[in-house]
Amino acid sequence: MQPYDGPLLAATDLARAFGPHRVLRGISLSIDAGETLLVAGPNGAGKTTLLRILAGLMRPGAGEVRVRGRRLSHGDPDARRPIGLVSHQSLLYDDRTHAENLAFAARLYGLAKPAAAARDALALAGLADRGGATPRQLSRGLLQRAAIARALLHQPAVLLLDEPFTGLDARAAAQFRDLLRERAALGRALVIVTHQLAEAWELASRVAVLAGGRFALELPRAGALDDFLPRYAGACGG
Amino acid sequence: MGRALRLALAIAGKDLRAELRSRTAFLSAVVFAALVLVIVNFARDPTALPALALAPSALWITFAFGAVVALNRAFAVEREHAALDGLLLAPVPREALYLGKLLANLAFVGTVEAVALPLFVLFFDVPLGHALGGLLMVTALATVGFVAVGTIFSAMAVRTRFAELLLPVLLLPFMVPPIIGAAGLTSRLLDGRPWSEMHGMLRLLVLYDIVFVTLSTLLFPAVMDE
Repeated sequence: MQPYDGPLLAATDLARAFGPHRVLRGISLSIDAGETLLVAGPNGAGKTTLLRILAGLMRPGAGEVRVRGRRLSHGDPDARRPIGLVSHQSLLYDDRTHAENLAFAARLYGLAKPAAAARDALALAGLADRGGATPRQLSRGLLQRAAIARALLHQPAVLLLDEPFTGLDARAAAQFRDLLRERAALGRALVIVTHQLAEAWELASRVAVLAGGRFALELPRAGALDDFLPRYAGACGG
Repeated sequence: MGRALRLALAIAGKDLRAELRSRTAFLSAVVFAALVLVIVNFARDPTALPALALAPSALWITFAFGAVVALNRAFAVEREHAALDGLLLAPVPREALYLGKLLANLAFVGTVEAVALPLFVLFFDVPLGHALGGLLMVTALATVGFVAVGTIFSAMAVRTRFAELLLPVLLLPFMVPPIIGAAGLTSRLLDGRPWSEMHGMLRLLVLYDIVFVTLSTLLFPAVMDE
């Protein structure tokens, strides 16, 4: 990957509506290498919509997203290459083993050795011995780890994580936090969308509160979560 | 172009391997095609209507409905665990994704047709020898056209709640031109009529293929946009 000096992920004036319902308006953000943005907000605040737009899976009604300086559009598939996504779903096929699922994904990303890349990613997510299992044979927590493996497979420069701690037990969540710290230390940009603030608080370098379709609050993360909670409640409207 | 083709083949290979393992959609389509042939054959009064008069329509009704059953699975396999998001997230040109799905569907529908054709010969006792080459060409031309349209409609329908119902509603009107053309050509081929009588309809099928493969490829990226 070519070196890049600007923000790894930048969004300008994003807006999105579903019919008359305006879900996002005027959202701008810029995330540099090594930064982790924690986006918090109540249910229905538009967090998942924002993440899908940042991933290029949903077109914004207005505004644009740039990844390593390249505007996301379906006409430029390579602009999506630096993105890794952990979403509510695993993005895996039920009828294929994890090793096969990840090897197929590796081929889509043009990785030189798909089987080896799949093995490495599974090992990274603590699933080295589950490569031969299919998604339907795994518990919710293990499936979440498989989804994490798929997201990390191609060493993405930008990691987008939607409620990534869902289903993980305390030990797995701690291991995953360490993994994310390592990614940030390697110069990746991370966006974590969650309402489980306690799980992600220590990882964040900045925090944004999404409420009413806007960033009601955006500030560097400092201090303890307990000190932030009153401001969070205020930003969410009580 | 090389990269897009490689990606398209990877996607088609993934779909075909999945179908080879489960064979669910293939068996459904073949059983459905056989049922159509049985019903049409036994509903016919042999004293009033010779088999050859009904054979072309029966064949193309079978192919058309067998294809709809087959096409329903094209994007349904991407619904579980939002696997379609995985495809859309990857640096795969949307056109390559369409081409991959089209190739898989062509292989799949072609296999259903390959099984249905001998059943058709068996039930209708049609002397196919002299017409086989022509019939295969007509089948290939018509299949490319309606599978191209069916692939894009399958992608549109999969995001709706009633995908299985919506696909035939969307697709069948677009299947009418190639099916009419192909049934007319099949009738002439079985009658042993000269090729000079068929040029017009063949051109129609070729034109349909060119127009709808091109249009579907161009429109597919917009269809995939949420």
